[in-house]
Amino acid sequence: MTKIAFVRKKEIPPSAPPITEVGLIGWFRQNLFSSWLNSILTVLSVYFIVIILWDFIPWAYGGHWNTKSLRECLDLDPDVACFSVLTARWKQLLFGLYPAEEYWRPTLTFIFLLLAIVPILFPKFFRFFWFSIIYPGLAVWLLWGGSFWSISIVYIGLTLGALFFLTLIRQYLKNYIIAAVLAFLFTTVFFLFISNPLVGLLNVILPISLPFVESLKMGGFTLSLIVGVTGIVASFPIGILLALGRQSNLPVIKMICVGFIEFIRGVPLITLLFVASVLLNYFLPPGTNFDIVLRVVIMVTLFSAAYMAEVIRGGLAGLPLGQHEASASLGLTYWQSQRLIIMPQALKISIPGIVNTFIGLFKDTTLVSIISLRDPVGLASTIRADQKWNGIYWELYVAIGLMFFIFCWGMSQYSQYLERKLKTDK
Amino acid sequence: MSSPTLPPSESFKFSMLLSDTRYRGMSLQVITFIIFMAVFFWLVDNTIKNLALLDKDVSFNFLWLRAGYDINQRLIPYTSDSTHGMAALVGILNTLLVAFVGCIIATVLGLFVGILRLSKNWIVAKLMSAYIEGFRNVPVLLWIVMVFALLTEFTPAPRAFKGAEPEATMLFFESVAITNRGTYFPAPVLAEGAYWLLLCFGLSIVASIYFIRYANKQKKDTGKSLPKFWISVAVIIFPTLILFFAMGQPVSLEYPYLKGFNFKDGIHLRNSFLALTLALAFYTSAFIAEIVRAGIMAVSKGQSEAAASLGLRPNKIMSLIILPQALRIIVPPLISNYLNLTKNSSLAIAVGYMDVRGTLGGITLNQTGRELESMLLLMGFYLAVSLSISSFINYFNRSFQIVVR
Repeated sequence: MTKIAFVRKKEIPPSAPPITEVGLIGWFRQNLFSSWLNSILTVLSVYFIVIILWDFIPWAYGGHWNTKSLRECLDLDPDVACFSVLTARWKQLLFGLYPAEEYWRPTLTFIFLLLAIVPILFPKFFRFFWFSIIYPGLAVWLLWGGSFWSISIVYIGLTLGALFFLTLIRQYLKNYIIAAVLAFLFTTVFFLFISNPLVGLLNVILPISLPFVESLKMGGFTLSLIVGVTGIVASFPIGILLALGRQSNLPVIKMICVGFIEFIRGVPLITLLFVASVLLNYFLPPGTNFDIVLRVVIMVTLFSAAYMAEVIRGGLAGLPLGQHEASASLGLTYWQSQRLIIMPQALKISIPGIVNTFIGLFKDTTLVSIISLRDPVGLASTIRADQKWNGIYWELYVAIGLMFFIFCWGMSQYSQYLERKLKTDK
Repeated sequence: MSSPTLPPSESFKFSMLLSDTRYRGMSLQVITFIIFMAVFFWLVDNTIKNLALLDKDVSFNFLWLRAGYDINQRLIPYTSDSTHGMAALVGILNTLLVAFVGCIIATVLGLFVGILRLSKNWIVAKLMSAYIEGFRNVPVLLWIVMVFALLTEFTPAPRAFKGAEPEATMLFFESVAITNRGTYFPAPVLAEGAYWLLLCFGLSIVASIYFIRYANKQKKDTGKSLPKFWISVAVIIFPTLILFFAMGQPVSLEYPYLKGFNFKDGIHLRNSFLALTLALAFYTSAFIAEIVRAGIMAVSKGQSEAAASLGLRPNKIMSLIILPQALRIIVPPLISNYLNLTKNSSLAIAVGYMDVRGTLGGITLNQTGRELESMLLLMGFYLAVSLSISSFINYFNRSFQIVVR
């Protein structure tokens, strides 16, 4: 009897995939050379990257950092970067004309800024939110100086007003609107009649003050951050209100909001800045002249608030109608349903747009150089006008561009993180 | 059986203006309106007082006065003897020129980059995202001055083209010269009979449009598809080409040539124009690329799978299924980016290009001292442009958006 069939008793182990499909070679084949068109693109891209780096790396790596002028750099080696301009002028790029012995103040303000945004960005640290609230006053005091009390009196007044409001509601009144009007009157009286003598008194008892620094001395990245951060913080709530106003079914409010948004979005920021620097004096009572940085901040804020409103309106429109109807049928009031149902969802949808508006605002702070404030781009032309650095371009522009890139790219990365974190439909 | 009782008759109380939702909205609006008008009149009153203090009036007569300054880049005849109004018009046309050329370049680049960013090729996708992040995260003003520096500092002076062994040579068969004073292109010269050529060209375009309509109808009726693209290209090109040679080449090119220390003839594009247009186009193209990518990704995968299961080929899936749906998402933000480019062109002052902000809102404003009127006109111009564009977007949205309820 011979064997008529072979029956395998043991399972053979799976053979390894062909080496062209896995590992490095497989990855290369799939991602870089999957078709001849792709191969051509790959080769072209590699060639492009190589020629860029071929020029850039020796230029940047061999750069001079310690020469006195551009001429000296060119005498040493004309083919490499002359970063000495940064060594010589970095303080100006960061602080503008801020007095040198006071540099610690903007620096400290910046460090505090980082600390103050942590509780807002990461809910884990929300218990430190009180610092984010006192930060604006602290920053204004540190940057502009003057008496400590004239800033803190604002906080004192507002706290007293809030306490007054709460006491009224808890003990005497039911109507929120009347309580709010009374509290508003109380605060106004406080600021009109009580605050000045109180500041005077406090200054005598405990004089804490910093030397005053005027706004025209602010410059460089300090100025960009002042305008950018204030604009970002202030434009967000205004944008929400404008978006709600535009969606409102009260025609007068709707018309005012639409008119404002369309007007602001219709003109370039430059013209608004010109209005701030040239025309604003026409619109205010004769003889008023208020701080140029404040004017610019107001204009930039209004500008980005209009864009913010449109972004949030997009988010509101993206919500299904059922959400509005369901919250109304639960008996929530307008503001309750906005606060608890509508806004959280609408804001979540519009995160990318909101952050893009923030990034746009931060980049637009460079436009203040056109009304001759000293932001980094404006300072670059000032530095180039100096005889010693006349003719320098890339070193300055690359440094300034890199600074902006870091801030803006950081913001966009945070927005992607936030989107991932808030994603509910996995 | 209970008889229906009437609700208790309400008497109107003053507090209901605030507490009753039926009246609250109305009273809120009245209050808002009063505050708004009060602020408005306060501003107008201040302006009148300020103007009286400065001994000024509001008048637009300055538009008909002699301007007295030169504008080097202009599309219509203008001399320093022309009026301020003419100068403003030159500026407006310059703004529109930058906007138009910039939008075309930005769209082409943006489409290209956006599609390549979706490529499966790892290195190409990374390179494109580097391009996008680089341009989006650096202020456009910085890009404008950088491109300007690149064009003025790293290009040869016209005198470098001189001599038997010049340091620099012209590109594309001695026709294009890139110098630090601008770029010179050959200019077309129309001889006698050239208008017939233009007429023929126009007619061929009309004919090709009719042909495409006919082909579409044919496709609908019989299901046969004609090679639309190639036939319409042939219809557009060949008649004009034949006529061109038949009439003895009535259109010729005028090449720029070096005379003295500068180039003569040809079309001269100044560096200020080039820097502004290119920088704005690069910057905007990064945004457009993201819009294109988002639009294509927003079409759900089921759509292309369904199309494939119906037996459509990949290029047909793209042109018949994906693109029509993606375009609905792409077009509105695309147009609002065109609008941004137009508004950003007011940064022309950074490179000395005379756009409407440079003429009307710059030199004219400074010479005549009419800040209020100039700024009003300037804002009016930008508002007119952007309102007409945004009304187009609204029209587009209304006619192409899917209606839910």
